[in-house]
Amino acid sequence: MTLRKLGLYAAALLLTAWVLAPIVLIALAAATPREDLYRWPRPLWPERLSFEILSSFARQEAVLRALGNSLAVAGLTIVLATLVSAPAGYALARYPFRGREAVQLGILATKMFPATALAVPLAVAFIRWGLYDTLLGVALVHTALSVPFVILIVASVFRGVPAELEEAAMSLGASRVGAFIRVTFPMALPGLAAAAIFTFILSWNEVFAATLLTVNHRTLPALLVHSVVAEGAPLHYRYAGGFFLVLPALVIIFVIRRYLLTLWGVTVR
Amino acid sequence: MEEHRPRVPLAAATPYLLVLPAAAYLAVFVLYPMAQAVRLGVADPHTGGWTLEHVRRMASDLYFWPAVRYTLWITAVAVPLQVVLALSMALLVNTRFPGHTAFLYVCAIPLAVSDLAAGLIWLSLFTERGYLNAALVQWGVLRHPFNFLSHEHPAWLVGAIVTTEVWRATAIVMVVLVAGLQLLPRDYAETAAVFGASRWQTLRHVLLPLLRPSLQTALIIRTVLAFQLFATVVTLSGRLVPVLAGETYFWYTLYRNPHVASAYATLVLLLSALFVWVYLRTLRPEGEGA
Repeated sequence: MTLRKLGLYAAALLLTAWVLAPIVLIALAAATPREDLYRWPRPLWPERLSFEILSSFARQEAVLRALGNSLAVAGLTIVLATLVSAPAGYALARYPFRGREAVQLGILATKMFPATALAVPLAVAFIRWGLYDTLLGVALVHTALSVPFVILIVASVFRGVPAELEEAAMSLGASRVGAFIRVTFPMALPGLAAAAIFTFILSWNEVFAATLLTVNHRTLPALLVHSVVAEGAPLHYRYAGGFFLVLPALVIIFVIRRYLLTLWGVTVR
Repeated sequence: MEEHRPRVPLAAATPYLLVLPAAAYLAVFVLYPMAQAVRLGVADPHTGGWTLEHVRRMASDLYFWPAVRYTLWITAVAVPLQVVLALSMALLVNTRFPGHTAFLYVCAIPLAVSDLAAGLIWLSLFTERGYLNAALVQWGVLRHPFNFLSHEHPAWLVGAIVTTEVWRATAIVMVVLVAGLQLLPRDYAETAAVFGASRWQTLRHVLLPLLRPSLQTALIIRTVLAFQLFATVVTLSGRLVPVLAGETYFWYTLYRNPHVASAYATLVLLLSALFVWVYLRTLRPEGEGA
């Protein structure tokens, strides 16, 4: 029995190391002085740490602009995705209506839709619509990718707020809308925040569409792909970029942890 | 009882009105471009008629068959590894050992890491002066650093890409499986144990068959995502290992040819649909498949 427990912990420790070690290593690589990165033989553990690579990366004008673009696109995406999907999520949580299954199937299908297939035709369409190489254009695509996920989170959030409370408010004279604003909405707020954070990370991480849709207004991932593929950026630049990209991931899983299973737990029947 | 209630048309329409914005949005930004991708792939830019010219150009390109082969190969190697690794993580979480929630969150971290970031992270290990070579030389395994990421050793290059993909994308499979395991009644496994089934037998004959819907979902999600493999490959190999999504990118940005790029995008779309169909046919949840 104790042997089994020992085995369990050993396996858990091993898998934890497998997941965390690369993240620790990129952080160390980004904090190694530049000349140590290129020296050979290279010490396994850096002898000294410095912020030289990170600060020179973060001080580049192109990087700062791309960072600003990434944040603006993510912000726009959060607003758009919430406006578009929150009503649908509320409908799924509160109303039994004909066609519900079709809606749920649609969510599942778009969740797994190959985003790669969207980017090229949208780029062509955006050139016509005047949206090519704009932050709004990128945000529109990111919104399309996040709609199914936001609907799922929002539906689960509203299912967690008892409908009886809403009904009680209405029996005390509140209108349907009034009951929603005064009772349901405040209780749903933390869950809606989680949905916003998930949307943020989806947009922050999206590479392919952002790369194809921008030239002068690149987001951070698009800038990194461009510098790596087209300009052959040096290693230290790549390490710093990788480190910056991965930073939010560490915080975000913890914040949205309650909805992890909601987001991906729905199965195909 | 429904029909005796006085009909209020607006109230009956409410759920549909609420779903409408999302449906309309997805129609414009998912359905329309999907149809456009197919159209661009077969449209003659001059006459507006249809032509197989772009498809022919795609198929006769030097990178085409390698891209198809590598995409399928990497998927075929990475996806089973991800499922096995994710299943071990999920079963560990399911034992509910003290600390299993923290373990779950740690294992889920790569879910929030992009393919680009993952590629750059593992580059720091696999590159010629990276951690792996530093360790192997220091421990005396190698005399000189070995270039894992060169065109001379395509097997190592693919190995590096598969490793990175397994690291990054196991998390999503694990979350699907954990959710599936939580839905299973716990007494099934206990009953099997009471009747003398070993842990392995319980897993093989009780848990896995019950988990089939989740496994199917995980396989579908992972395979569709694997066909979109792009940034991991580009950061680790450039174009040494061509893949379908990568070719879409190169044809659009490098050769400025949206038609051939669309032909590639359509191919990704068709391959994904084909595999979803195959999975749905072969892994039936009611158990009439295998």
